[in-house]
Amino acid sequence: MRLGRISLTAFTWLVAILFVFPVIWMVLTSFKTEADAYTDPPRLFFSPTLEQFAGVFERGFLPYLANSAFVTVVSTLAVLVLAIPAAYALSIAPVKGTSNVLGFFLSTKMLPIVAAIIPLYVISQNVQLLDNVWALNILYTAMNLPLAVWMMRSFFLEVPKEMIEAARVDGAKLPTLLYKVVLPVVAPGIAATALICVIFSWTEFFYAVNLTAARAGTVPVFLSGFITSEGLYWAQLSAAALLASLPVMIIGWIAQNHLVRGLSMGAVK
Amino acid sequence: MTTTEIAPARAGESAEQPKPRRHANPWKRRAPLLPALLFTIAVTQIPFLVTVFYSFQSWNLVRPGSQHFVGFQNYVDVFADSTFRGAMLNTVVLTVVCVFVSMALGLGLALLLDRKFTGRGVVRTLIITPFLILPAAGALLWKTTMFDPVYGLLNFVLGTDIDWLSEFPLGSVMAQVVWQWTPFMTLLILAGLQAQSKEVLEAAQVDGAGRWRTFASITLPQLSRYLQLAALLGAIYIVNSFDAIYLMTQGGPGTASTNLPFYIYQRAFEGFDVGQSSAMGVIVVILTLIVATFTLRLMFRTFDVSGGVK
Repeated sequence: MRLGRISLTAFTWLVAILFVFPVIWMVLTSFKTEADAYTDPPRLFFSPTLEQFAGVFERGFLPYLANSAFVTVVSTLAVLVLAIPAAYALSIAPVKGTSNVLGFFLSTKMLPIVAAIIPLYVISQNVQLLDNVWALNILYTAMNLPLAVWMMRSFFLEVPKEMIEAARVDGAKLPTLLYKVVLPVVAPGIAATALICVIFSWTEFFYAVNLTAARAGTVPVFLSGFITSEGLYWAQLSAAALLASLPVMIIGWIAQNHLVRGLSMGAVK
Repeated sequence: MTTTEIAPARAGESAEQPKPRRHANPWKRRAPLLPALLFTIAVTQIPFLVTVFYSFQSWNLVRPGSQHFVGFQNYVDVFADSTFRGAMLNTVVLTVVCVFVSMALGLGLALLLDRKFTGRGVVRTLIITPFLILPAAGALLWKTTMFDPVYGLLNFVLGTDIDWLSEFPLGSVMAQVVWQWTPFMTLLILAGLQAQSKEVLEAAQVDGAGRWRTFASITLPQLSRYLQLAALLGAIYIVNSFDAIYLMTQGGPGTASTNLPFYIYQRAFEGFDVGQSSAMGVIVVILTLIVATFTLRLMFRTFDVSGGVK
C-alpha cells in the first residue's frame, strides 16, 4: 500500500516533468550558444552563456516589450472600469433581463475573431489606427470584457445579502455601500480578474499580427519575426520565448488558484 | 449544498430582493451596465455586420473600384472551393481531436493531482506552465526544438528520422495545441473532482464499492457537467486556432494543415479577396453559433449562474 503510494507519486512527478519538458528545454537552450543548440545528440550539459539574451535586446526587443506592457495595462484597466459597474448591475442590483445581458456578453466571446478581422482592418486603416497601439487597446478591452463581467459577477454574488441589507437599513448611500461593504469582499476577485485579463492580453496573437507591425507590434509579433529570419536561431529564439513568456508565467503561477475561475468565466470555483 | 442542484436560467432575477420605491427609475439601475454593454455592442457587433455586408460584395483590394453587389455569389463560390471544404474538414478534425485528447490527458492528470502527495503544489505549477507559455512561443519552440528532422528532440527520443511537419503537418499542429490546452482541461476537471462530497465517497467505500466502481458510478456522473463545460469552452478556443498553424506550417504543405481561420486570413491578407473571405467568415460564425448555443445553455442551466459551482 505504502509502496504503491510512493510509486504513484513518483509516476506523477515523472509525468509532470515530461509534460513540461519543452519548457525546461526552452530554458536550457536559451543559455546555450547557437553551436550548442544544434547538436546531435542534443546536449544537456554545456557552459551557459547570457549572449542570447543580449542578442534578443540587440534585435530590438524593448519597443515590442513596451508596447505589450502598455496595451496590457491600459486594456486591463479599461476592462475593470467597465466591468465592475456592469457586474454590479447584473448581481447586487440586477437590472431586468439580466440573464439576456449575460448571454449576450458570453455570446460575443464565441464569435470567431477571424470573422471580424477584415472590417477591423479596413476601419483601422480609415481612422489611422493601423499599426497603432490604441487599436489593440480597444480590441483587447472588448475581448476581455465579457470574461471580466462574468467573473466579477460571480465574486459580487458572494457578498452576503444580509450585509448589504444591514448597511441599507443603517442608511448607507450607494458609494459608501460599495466602498465599505462590497469592495472588501470583492477585492481579491478584482485582482484575480485583472490577472486573467493580463494573461489574455499579453498572449494575444491574431489581432496583433494582423493589425500591427514594426511601430505598434507586441511581443508575439516580435516572436513571429523568427520564422522569417534566415536559418532559425534556436538559442536566441528560446531566449526570446523565455523573456516573452516570463511575465505571464509568473502571473499565472501567482494566480493559479483563480485561473480555473477565470477560464470558466466564473462558472467553476 | 450538493452541486447537482440545477439553477433556473432566471436565477439572477429571482434572487432580486423586492426593491423600495426610490429605485423606480429603471435607467438609474441600468446606468452602471450601459457603458460596458454599449462598448461591447459597438466593438464586437458592428464589425461583424460589416462582414455580412462585405460578404455580398465582389471586392478585391488589388483591383480598386471593383466593389459591387453580387448577392450570394461569394457563398456559391466558397462552397465550390475544394480548399475551403478541406479547411472546414481540417477545422473539425483539429477541434474534435484536440478537445478529446486534451480532455483525456487532462482527466488523467487531474486524477493524479487529486490526492495528497509530496510536492503537489509544485507538480500542479509545472502542469499549468505550458498554458502560460505564449502560444506563439510554444508553436515556434515545438516547430524547431521538438519537431526538427535533424536536431529535434522528438526524433532523438524515438530514434526516428521523420520530418514531422512535412509528413504529419496537421498531427504536429495538433500535438502542440493539445500540449497547450491540456492544462486548461486539467484545471477544470480537477475543480470538478474536488467538488465531490467527501461523505458520499466515504459512504461508497463503507458500502464496499471498489475504486473503479466508485469512479464509474459516483465520480463520473458528477464530473460529466465539468467535462461538458471543458469540452465546449475548449472547442470555442480551439476552433479559432491560428497561432500554431501560422507559425508552424503556414497551412502547408499545400493546404494539408489549413484550417478555416488560417484560410480566411490567407484569402483576406494574401489574396486581398474581401468578398469571399467575408463570406467564409459568416459561415464560420454560423457554425460556431451552433456550438455556442449548446455552451450558453450549459452555462445557464447546468451551472448555477447565480452563484457558480462550489
